[in-house]
Amino acid sequence: MRFDGYDTEGFYDELFDAQGNPHPGADLLIKRINGLPESELQRRQKAAERALLNLGITFNVYGNESQSEKIFPFDIVPRIVQAKEWEEMERGLKQRITALNCFIDDVYNEQKILKDGIIPADLVLSADGFRKPCIGLKPPGGIWCHITGTDLVRAGDGKYYVLEDNLRCPSGVSYVLENRLLMKRTFPMVFDACSVQPVTDYPSRLLEMLQGLAPAGVRAPVVAVWTPGIYNSAYFEHSFLAQQMGVPLVEGGDLTVHQGEVMMRTTKGLERVDVIYRRIDDDFIDPKAFRADSMLGVPGLMKAYSKGKVALANAPGTGVADDKAVYAYVPEIIRYYLDEEPILNNVPTYACWREDDCKYVLENLDKLVVKAVNESGGYGMLVGPHSTKEEQAEFAKRIKASPRTYIAQPTLALSRVPVLMDDHFEGRHVDLRPYILYGKEGIYVLPGGLTRVALKKGSLVVNSSQGGGSKDTWVLDAEGGASPESSMQSQNGEVL
Amino acid sequence: MLSRVANSIYWLNRYVERAENVARFIDANYHMTLDIPDSDDADQWQPLINTTGDHELFKKLYGVANRENAIEFLAFDRNNPNSIYSCVRAARENGRSVREYISSEMWEQLNTFYLMINTAAKEVSMDLPHQFFVDIMNASHAFIGITDSTMNHGEGWHFGRMGRMLERADKTTRLLDVKYFILLPSVDYVGSAYDNILWGALLRSASAFEMYRKRHGRIDPKKIVDFLLLDANFPRAVHHCIVTAMISMNNITGSPRGTYANKAEQSLGRLLSEFNFASLEDIFKHGLHEYLDNTQTRINTVGAEIHEVFFSPKLVESPKAVKTIVE
Repeated sequence: MRFDGYDTEGFYDELFDAQGNPHPGADLLIKRINGLPESELQRRQKAAERALLNLGITFNVYGNESQSEKIFPFDIVPRIVQAKEWEEMERGLKQRITALNCFIDDVYNEQKILKDGIIPADLVLSADGFRKPCIGLKPPGGIWCHITGTDLVRAGDGKYYVLEDNLRCPSGVSYVLENRLLMKRTFPMVFDACSVQPVTDYPSRLLEMLQGLAPAGVRAPVVAVWTPGIYNSAYFEHSFLAQQMGVPLVEGGDLTVHQGEVMMRTTKGLERVDVIYRRIDDDFIDPKAFRADSMLGVPGLMKAYSKGKVALANAPGTGVADDKAVYAYVPEIIRYYLDEEPILNNVPTYACWREDDCKYVLENLDKLVVKAVNESGGYGMLVGPHSTKEEQAEFAKRIKASPRTYIAQPTLALSRVPVLMDDHFEGRHVDLRPYILYGKEGIYVLPGGLTRVALKKGSLVVNSSQGGGSKDTWVLDAEGGASPESSMQSQNGEVL
Repeated sequence: MLSRVANSIYWLNRYVERAENVARFIDANYHMTLDIPDSDDADQWQPLINTTGDHELFKKLYGVANRENAIEFLAFDRNNPNSIYSCVRAARENGRSVREYISSEMWEQLNTFYLMINTAAKEVSMDLPHQFFVDIMNASHAFIGITDSTMNHGEGWHFGRMGRMLERADKTTRLLDVKYFILLPSVDYVGSAYDNILWGALLRSASAFEMYRKRHGRIDPKKIVDFLLLDANFPRAVHHCIVTAMISMNNITGSPRGTYANKAEQSLGRLLSEFNFASLEDIFKHGLHEYLDNTQTRINTVGAEIHEVFFSPKLVESPKAVKTIVE
């Protein structure tokens, strides 16, 4: 199989330039794939898919009872990110997370940014992710968003834009680690030669970061990962991370608050927990503080948390900063707290609660992407150029009824990557979700992250629940030289 | 360890063991019917349904037993919670909920086991089910082997083994109970070629034929009972299972041999000492059926007490555990 017939069709392509020549750093990979015997690539793709199924690396789709388990589609051609591009992105992400963390801390404490009129106070205080019980909280080290998965896209101009800041319980990092493992088995030689930056130490870094949050005086902190249970769509990841860190995976029923401390029920009685990496929404963690009807929560948890008896990652209330309405103000937030110009671009955003913006949006529904500020996962969204007149009319009605809940952005010509389709390659749109850890030791950005692919031809929606897949992301090392991960040999001894 | 995790490991092992036993029952029975000319389907397959204890559900779903519906019910029926399919599915669901605790190899084996059954449920041809049942037994054996060689032999492993041993003990008593009374009154067969075939099939259901031959030689009903109940070395004999379950129990609680720390350990210990000192004469004097029935009830009691003691502990903490943590 060869890339000979591959056409970038005028889109920015992650592997080829407009003339059809490989980007620097991608040439080695292209050469190797072109040199493979006929149908060898398909064979390797099939083997990788089989491995995913046997490993049970699957996710559940809501509202699809009969077929509750699917493998997250995986494409075998990696996406390549140049070292220089990555350096800038890394700096940009660190800047953004630092500023957003300042913002969250401010909103729940002094509210200076609101008093200074940088963002309308009612906009922030009415945000879906704003949590009243968090007012006055002081998380350990002043850090609220310990784990972030920022969504970025590259537009036709070749620049990266931040699409969303996922500051609550971003998922997907397990796929990054598993994809890498599969790729090292599939293309050991290319992997070796390309000197790709490693991702495999993520669980160790995550564990260290979490242990660092333990209440003062605890010598050997007990860390646990909290999952809503096996029916959660990201259950595989919860279990995977607990396993990789070697810590217990708990459900709400395993936890209880006893004499002011959070305990796990064990076969030998109650045992204290010091740090909880919770993969469950704010609303469901404590029926006494948040939703009273939560069956998953632990009554009294927030009280223990506010007294510093237990640490939570992420802190409750971080959702206020990834509200799609607040998103529009992130450049201002960066300037306000850090006195710096934003390194990463925001997508220009029309806020429907501003009269002029709203008028423009309603007049240009066929060109814009409209998003409900309280929805995620690709739901509640209108992609203008791909929509029907009826859908546009429906959204116009909704926007007029509730302007506060809608934003709109120009349709970006998302960059594309080659994807294996039966016996040839076709371009498909992608985004990129790097993962960021923010602990007492500073900020770490996982080099690479999850590249999500909209597998449907022409589609811009990359979410796994809407027909998206993923591929490995190779961030090349600036120095060159052998990859630290490359000592891994292919299991069946095959080399490329 | 977490009570919920202990519970899942205990049950996932019981379910794998149960699936394996049902496969054994069907396979042995299937071959036995082939050996007996002109046998009536219902006579051969109804006792098998009775062995599993789900005869009422079967009657409701299928009525009169024949080869096809018995195999369908026992192997694939999703409405039968103890069918091979349901057991492997439940084992996998339990495995999935403790994936971070067990080894990846164990999970992968459970998962491929399930995928195999799920495919087979659509494809197995009734003409050639033997290989299918062999595959199930092998998958179960592989799971046990993988467990033993990839998981710490700590608390969780002992909960798993304890579950497996109690399940196996229970299944062996059921097998003996039903088969013995069906086979014994067939006076016509006594001493005939069929007699050997039928008793041979009973032994084969427990993979005991070869080991029995080595130990006792000739086929003799009483010696078969002795072997399957009281042998201390045969891995599917009830006595052996209870000895092994007790060792795991002692390891979990930390009690020295011959002592107990809770109700479950006490009941299991009593059952063990009875088996330690049991004799075949006493069992037959007491009545074999009564003896087996009593054994099953007591295994069930141990199971219920394990739940109470380990899996649903009261909120009152054991003072020892908390003290060591607070220091």
